[in-house]
Amino acid sequence: MEDVGDKLVQVVIALAIFAAIIALIMLLVDRAPKTFRDKATIIGFLAPAVVLLAIGLIWPAIQTTYLAFTDRNGAPNGVDNFVWMFTQPEALVTLRNTLLWVVLVPLMSTGIGLAYAVFIDRARGEKALKALVFMPMAISMVGAGVIWKFMYTYRGAEREQIGLLNQILVWLGGESKQFLLDAPENTFFLIAVMVWIQTGFAMVILSAAIKGIPTEIVEAARLDGASAWQQFFSITIPSIRGALIVVVTTITIGTLKVFDIVRTMTAGNFETSVVANEMYTQAFRAGEPGRGAALALVLFLMVLPIVLYNARQLKKQREIR
Amino acid sequence: MHTARSRKAVLPLAALSAMALTLSACGGNSEEPSGSAAAADCSAYESYGTFDGAEVSVYSTITDTEQDKLEQSWVPFEECTGIDVVYEGSNEFETQLQVRAQAGNPPDVAIIPQPGLLAAQARAGNLKPAPQEVSDLVDENWSADWKAYGTIDGTFYAAPMLASVKGYVWYSPTAFKDKGWEVPQTWDEMMALTKTIADEGTMKPWCAGFESGDATGWAGTDWIEDALLRQAGPDVYDQWVNHDIPFNDPQVADAFDAVGDILKNEDYVNGGIGDVRSIISTSVDDGGLPVIDGSCAMHHQATFQAANWPEGTNVAEDGDVWAFITPGQEAGASAITGGGEFVAAYTESEEVSAYLQFMASPEFANKRVEQGAAISANKGLDPALATSELDRQSIELLQSEDTTFRFDGSDLMPGAVGANSFWSGVVEWINGKSTKEVVDSIEASWPSD
Amino acid sequence: MSATPAIPAAPEAAVAQAPEAQVPIARRVKKRLTSRGATAAAIIIAVIWTVPTFGLFISSLRPEDNIQANGWWNILGDLEFTTKNYTDVLASAGGSASNLGQYFINSLAIVIPATIIPLVIASMAAYVFAWGRFRGKDTLFIFIFALQIVPLQMALIPLLSLFINLKIGEFQLLPSGTYAQLWIAHSIFALPLAIFLLHNFISEIPGEVIEAARVDGAGHATIFWRIVLPLSMPAIAAFGIFQFLWVWNDLLVALVFSGGTADVAPITQRLAELTGTRGDEWHRLTAGAFVSMIVPLAVFFGLQRYFVRGLMAGGLKG
Repeated sequence: MEDVGDKLVQVVIALAIFAAIIALIMLLVDRAPKTFRDKATIIGFLAPAVVLLAIGLIWPAIQTTYLAFTDRNGAPNGVDNFVWMFTQPEALVTLRNTLLWVVLVPLMSTGIGLAYAVFIDRARGEKALKALVFMPMAISMVGAGVIWKFMYTYRGAEREQIGLLNQILVWLGGESKQFLLDAPENTFFLIAVMVWIQTGFAMVILSAAIKGIPTEIVEAARLDGASAWQQFFSITIPSIRGALIVVVTTITIGTLKVFDIVRTMTAGNFETSVVANEMYTQAFRAGEPGRGAALALVLFLMVLPIVLYNARQLKKQREIR
Repeated sequence: MHTARSRKAVLPLAALSAMALTLSACGGNSEEPSGSAAAADCSAYESYGTFDGAEVSVYSTITDTEQDKLEQSWVPFEECTGIDVVYEGSNEFETQLQVRAQAGNPPDVAIIPQPGLLAAQARAGNLKPAPQEVSDLVDENWSADWKAYGTIDGTFYAAPMLASVKGYVWYSPTAFKDKGWEVPQTWDEMMALTKTIADEGTMKPWCAGFESGDATGWAGTDWIEDALLRQAGPDVYDQWVNHDIPFNDPQVADAFDAVGDILKNEDYVNGGIGDVRSIISTSVDDGGLPVIDGSCAMHHQATFQAANWPEGTNVAEDGDVWAFITPGQEAGASAITGGGEFVAAYTESEEVSAYLQFMASPEFANKRVEQGAAISANKGLDPALATSELDRQSIELLQSEDTTFRFDGSDLMPGAVGANSFWSGVVEWINGKSTKEVVDSIEASWPSD
Repeated sequence: MSATPAIPAAPEAAVAQAPEAQVPIARRVKKRLTSRGATAAAIIIAVIWTVPTFGLFISSLRPEDNIQANGWWNILGDLEFTTKNYTDVLASAGGSASNLGQYFINSLAIVIPATIIPLVIASMAAYVFAWGRFRGKDTLFIFIFALQIVPLQMALIPLLSLFINLKIGEFQLLPSGTYAQLWIAHSIFALPLAIFLLHNFISEIPGEVIEAARVDGAGHATIFWRIVLPLSMPAIAAFGIFQFLWVWNDLLVALVFSGGTADVAPITQRLAELTGTRGDEWHRLTAGAFVSMIVPLAVFFGLQRYFVRGLMAGGLKG
């Protein structure tokens, strides 16, 4: 138990130091000469975030960019890594899969999450119903991979099935199927896992957004005799537009980075690999950090459209204000 | 990652012997220098010197009960020398070692199961050459082959530790006796027996499982290596590993086809489990289980398969399961593949040197092997200490001058092949791709230097 | 990651401070989209989303042999339960110390500062991005947003070597094998998303509220702590939950920075060691997964009330 006390002390000290730093910033900002105060605020408030980001993300990003043009012994090798990437036969499959993921996961999770949020809004037992769909969020991606591998487990026809989906196939009079082995549909079975996880996220946030719609508006629409669908499309959707964009953006970025699901379930075999998984495999398993870095750059390029879209949104938002 | 196999590589014959289990159960806390033990005979450890408050951090793939046994075997060393060995085992060893070394935070000592990774670390300038004393010990106790695996570009870096013998074929002696089948002495006899069993129709001759998380496929590479070593001989094997012949050399393709005659034939596999493709969705640990329930006759796997049998399985020549070495072209040819670990140092100090010397000594090998579930190629090891008959046989095989020993090829190749495209290639191959397609694509993935 | 930006009214409502009193209004405004079809659809979704976890849970209570022999839905046929899988995971002899409790405490010790620190830092930055005026603000903001895509795996090695080299003389500021490295690493990786989401929310706080405070002579620090933070509580709570979950479930960062000893390593790392390579040992995997799920679920149940109430209050105030 002494250990527990010891650990508690560490946590308390850390938080105290952190509080002290923040308090110091606040003090300096408030005591700064009037003419300089606004600038001081901006600098003081941004400094912690910018410093941390610089050392933890920007610096690594620069290093990664450099690495992308080196071989496994660290010697520069021009664009070899990119040539490798686009000449290996599996590359196109990997890119196709990534595309499938990045289109389907945000679309389906948001769609299902939104539908569910609307359906259970103010229903009896809403909290419990929410918790059920939220539950996958509480499981790590690796854990989710394990759960679904269990769902997809295959046993030959002569043995009793232990995977539910194959059992259902058998009950329906079909034959058990190797869900994860048959390309191309196996990619969809992996995508299902990510959708399963992310729907909870979309649902929780969209549900909160729906509850934020002023009741007067809803009431007015109802009195006007708007049908449920009309209300949904003319009131709900526009009112939660901002939340929708955030949800789709976040899930999209999360999906581009996903690798644990693929790694646990198929290890990228059977034409199921995605760019993030290839990156991990090359950098850490194959000992080819240059190739890994090159893939990371490709990933970055893929996310650029999303960044640009959000930038435009931001600008619009600013103009309105 | 390679974890499954490397971990298993030293693994367990635990199930083999009740004695091993008892030992590990009684194996006390390694941290605890008990009074009586401290007073025990330290004469064997005098040469290492004594240290005050010195620490050596050790990082390896070995976890769980294997970890307990390993730590147990250096307790006297710690007590007599005063060195505190701080051990950490991880399933993510292969990646994390590279991460830590690159970041400048390596352990003092790493126990590396792949010569390929060892070489990469040495070439990256992370490793310290082994002290002369360690090199002398290895000259004395190991064959030149083994020393060569720890030598990179002419510098000797790491002494071997434990070993495993791959290429055993597990079978049920009872079933063989009932049916009147004979243990085959040559590859051809093995194929003939395979056909006989398939024709009789009571069970399929072979069962296999290659699934192992993100290392899926490694069990298949062992098959290929065994076939190549036996068909083409050790020289070709070495050329193949060093990429002096391409991966799609006809001899390599022949090895694939020889294995394919068994594993890709629906009549021959996958006993008790399903069709050919079920091999890649069945876990390595489960692949051999049908041998026990009589729905499969043979299963190809290393010594560590002993740990995968259910509790209470009698592993003996007249028991529930037993194993023969995958036969060669001619009877009595003893060429085996195997694996092992290497003890490499990232820092230089007196205490690290003392630890390295101890790990290379017969004392360590004896201490570890007598706890069961381990073998070593150390010639100073007394085979009588082995806790099971199979361990004893394997040790003798490893120590014998007549044995042609070759290290697991995929562990020697660059990571991009040995820990990636070779594995996934085997998986695609079982999943239906042709030998030619697969060897060509693996060849294409070989990194250029 | 709350997405509350869509709810402009939310902050004001928090000011109103009387959410409970208005609940009846919510009751009056009854669900309309909720028809029989919708209910059925909701039930179907709920079932599909629950079954996999439920199956795992049932399996975690079944003896190993049964798990291998037939599917968990056969449980009614052979009512055989066991807690052995759990005792295996919790107390199994692996390594010298099998004390899962120890690792549990570590997880808590890691996750609490690793949630609080980025929340505070991100709120401060978000406040400046929302209300400050300086050149290049939007560009900087977009840049930070874009940092989200830097893959974690690529950032680990440079960050670790930085920690190692960060010393004053011989004194290492952030020694390896301590919580400090984990706290900072997790905080950094959370920042881009946190700043982005909190900014969206904070920028929706009505300008009048802040203007009024300024007229009263309040400084930025005061406005931030007295007005912005309390008004943003729903968003902060929501993001806090997700950050908590991510840190709790993290394995990658822990592997690199914790050093793997019982002093620091979190429960996920321990479970990975226990279940790690044993792909088909469903009995251990199932029980292990549930042990690690307990806290995240408790946190969700515990906190969802706060942030949902906050958001609802906003909606009602309109």
